[in-house]
Amino acid sequence: MESILVLTHGNEASALTKASLEAVAAGMGLASRLGAPLSIGIVAADGSAAASALASAGARLLAVSGAAFAQPRYATDAAACQALCRAARASIVLAPESARFARVMAGVAHRLGGFIDTHITALGGAEHVEVTRWFYRQRVEAVLSRAARPWFLLLDAGTHAAFAGAPGSAQTEQVAVELPAPHTTVTGLRAPQQGAQTIRPDAGLLFVAGAGWTKKQADGQVHTSEAGQIILEFLRGSGASLGSSKSLVDQGSEGQPVLPFLTHLNQVGQTGATPRHPKGLSTCCHGEEPHVVGWRFIGERRAISLDPNCGWTRGKADVVYVADAFQVMTKVNALLAARKA
Amino acid sequence: MSNPLHIVVCAGIVPDPLQTLEPVSGPHGPGLKNEMVLPAVLDPWAASALYEAAHLAAKHPGSKVWLVALGPKAKLQQVMMTVAQKAGFELVPVDGPIGGFPDAHSTAAVLAETISAIAGLDKTRLLLFGGWESASRGAGITLQLIGEILGITDQFQGVDRIDMRADCSFEVLERVEGGMHQESVCAGLPAVLGWATGTLAEPRNNPQTGMSNMRTILPALQKARPVALSGDSLRYVAVSLPRQQRATRVVKDMSPDEIARELVEWMGAE
Repeated sequence: MESILVLTHGNEASALTKASLEAVAAGMGLASRLGAPLSIGIVAADGSAAASALASAGARLLAVSGAAFAQPRYATDAAACQALCRAARASIVLAPESARFARVMAGVAHRLGGFIDTHITALGGAEHVEVTRWFYRQRVEAVLSRAARPWFLLLDAGTHAAFAGAPGSAQTEQVAVELPAPHTTVTGLRAPQQGAQTIRPDAGLLFVAGAGWTKKQADGQVHTSEAGQIILEFLRGSGASLGSSKSLVDQGSEGQPVLPFLTHLNQVGQTGATPRHPKGLSTCCHGEEPHVVGWRFIGERRAISLDPNCGWTRGKADVVYVADAFQVMTKVNALLAARKA
Repeated sequence: MSNPLHIVVCAGIVPDPLQTLEPVSGPHGPGLKNEMVLPAVLDPWAASALYEAAHLAAKHPGSKVWLVALGPKAKLQQVMMTVAQKAGFELVPVDGPIGGFPDAHSTAAVLAETISAIAGLDKTRLLLFGGWESASRGAGITLQLIGEILGITDQFQGVDRIDMRADCSFEVLERVEGGMHQESVCAGLPAVLGWATGTLAEPRNNPQTGMSNMRTILPALQKARPVALSGDSLRYVAVSLPRQQRATRVVKDMSPDEIARELVEWMGAE
């Protein structure tokens, strides 16, 4: 008989992350389907707020707490997860595919003699647990299963609804952890660009800027500065997250005009991110299959392009506007500003 | 800067991103149609790791870079004809299967064994580099598993920058959620760094570097150890291409004002 452990972690304020709550909901669903006992492990500086949020989950709660777990770090997080897994003795371990857990969970699986699969987008199967994940950067989808246990599964964010039970008082078992001598010190977080936070994972809209923004326009001139202003104004007015094609990000290292707020972290596609947003709007992009890959998990997709025959939009976008993005986005910004006023 | 570094870069080869991929079933599990004839490249994130390794080694006299690559000998040779011109390294090839479907646990075990057997490698000076994910399996676990097998417990993933100090302690920037970097200071070596894009552009081809590398690459390929990867634990139920095809509405006759109004309405409460 299977037993399920969901590993969760807190954010800077020790509250559970959204991705953790999604993993909890997935774990509850799997445990219910298999008739398996469910445990939830919490890694946080102070696990009390997280435990309170999970009071109505109907699960055994285990926690690792202390100052050492306030910040993500391989040695301490791996030791914490290892201790929680040993305490829970679970055959299947679910965890969010967060930067914190993605850094350590394969190591934890190895220490416990287990196996791990990552970027899981769905949990299924009738008699056996089967999981879905993508290969070749979201170009091939596979359903797989494993007989060996413990089996660790990292769930991609946005693939499950988040647990939203009523908070209450909960009994938590504190698990002791033997920590290695400190060797790595986390000194903080750094924003890649001053003043312009353009990546917003929870935004309802992904705005993708393509290389066309920095090319010669109808007047034969390049208007990179104006393009930057239009894009930033749109991001401020809409709350959208900014993605970019590789070619636009790479232009900086090739000595061509660049949008100064773009970095490789904005890049979507074959060598970039594949973010999940309900809607996506691409502008001035030219289409290759790698670019389409970046849009795999976007719900509704629209595009503005001067090329009516652009190959990637056909069959991939819902609507393509054959128009000048400079003109359209300037009008959009004016409408958004008027609506706010 | 007199502390030489021993940098091992783990890098796989993947189909050129512009190729159309089609999964097929074979006697050893799923694979890609015509996989052996698809043009291949060094995995993009692993390539970033290689360029960063070469850059770092150049700043620390006496340092050495090894490139450990698992794949069919013929494909490795093909890819190395280009890669060898980018940076100086010693190739440690392992003659094994290609593709993203073999189990990462088996791959990690083979690579860890290969790294342990590298002659002259000082593990107290080791920086284990690679891509934080690959463009084939994309699991992001192989490097981590190798690190665990080798007993390295300072690991960093999604690395975009490393600043090495004279005493071999270093500052490192890792990608985290929300477009941020986590900044850490590691007291010393050994360490595992799974690279994201890094900060360096792809180096220009240098024929002299290529000729120098090829003098050792070709003999190494001749002696590449053949391995078979075990996949006993892993069972593929189905492998398929996404079939989603959208009915695209192409709008050619609307003014910018009309398009803007429609877009704002579509965006709704954004």
